[in-house]
Amino acid sequence: MLLTLLAATGFALLRIRNLFAVVMLAGVYSLLSAGLFTVMDAVDVAFTEAAVGAGISTVLFLGALALCGHHESKPGHTPLLPLFVVCLTGAALVYGTMDMPGFGEASNPVHHHVADHYLEESYGEIGIPNVVTSVLASYRGYDTMGETTVVFAAAVGVLILLVGGARARRARGGGEG
Amino acid sequence: MREEIIVRVGAKVLAPFIIMFALYVHFHGDYSPGGGFQAGVILAAAFALLALVYGLEEVQRVLPPWFVRGCAALGVVIFAGVGVVTMLLGHNYLAYNALAPDPTHPEHGQHYGILLVELGVLVTVFGVMATVFYLFAGRKGQAP
Repeated sequence: MLLTLLAATGFALLRIRNLFAVVMLAGVYSLLSAGLFTVMDAVDVAFTEAAVGAGISTVLFLGALALCGHHESKPGHTPLLPLFVVCLTGAALVYGTMDMPGFGEASNPVHHHVADHYLEESYGEIGIPNVVTSVLASYRGYDTMGETTVVFAAAVGVLILLVGGARARRARGGGEG
Repeated sequence: MREEIIVRVGAKVLAPFIIMFALYVHFHGDYSPGGGFQAGVILAAAFALLALVYGLEEVQRVLPPWFVRGCAALGVVIFAGVGVVTMLLGHNYLAYNALAPDPTHPEHGQHYGILLVELGVLVTVFGVMATVFYLFAGRKGQAP
């Protein structure tokens, strides 16, 4: 049911040319994904998806819309080549899944490498009921630190692009004028 | 949107609860879904809501752009600093057991360590989201 709604939203996203509606539908899409994650018991992921996808990125998209106008121009090429590329990639991905073990089987390697240890021992070692938090902040603390640094680097990139560019343009204009 | 009294009052009433919820999500992340990342996003969303309703200038009087930029850097410093502190206490980098107040229960240190690094994540994510929002919302439209 959720997947059907997700697909329907995806198609609507493709067809609609009014960017305001597209932003709203993208929010709906994120919210539906969050619902899907909740159904699959991935509550932490669902939470993040709802907060980031449906919340803050909608606001950021609206901010971008205010800068670039509300209507998307018609593409100047036929959709045949992109369609071919997408079909080819999709077929390759489906071919790749042939070798994968059955979905959700208990004997899959992903359930047995370190997951057993995390699930069984983390309460004794960390003393925190939420295993996701234990793994994220303690067992995988280095990764999370790298992730935080990446988020910071993203902000620095945006700052350089938007503020630095404007400042350079002003300086150049001042030099000429 | 700035003249609508329902929107103005609604935003004013909701904002403290959203901020409170962000802190709850952070400090209760050990027991329920959530953590620093989600909390930072929710916190930034609260100020984005206020900025949409009351205007960017009003929010920037409370949270100036240099402050949120500083937040983005400060969070990384907090996270890395926890690692340095554990090293100074004679353990490995980011080995939170060093932070335990009672050496007979080293696992208690994990609690403090996780809260602190998640605080670093919260501060960085909040700073980054607010910075990006300020940049987008503060630009004058150049579109035709």
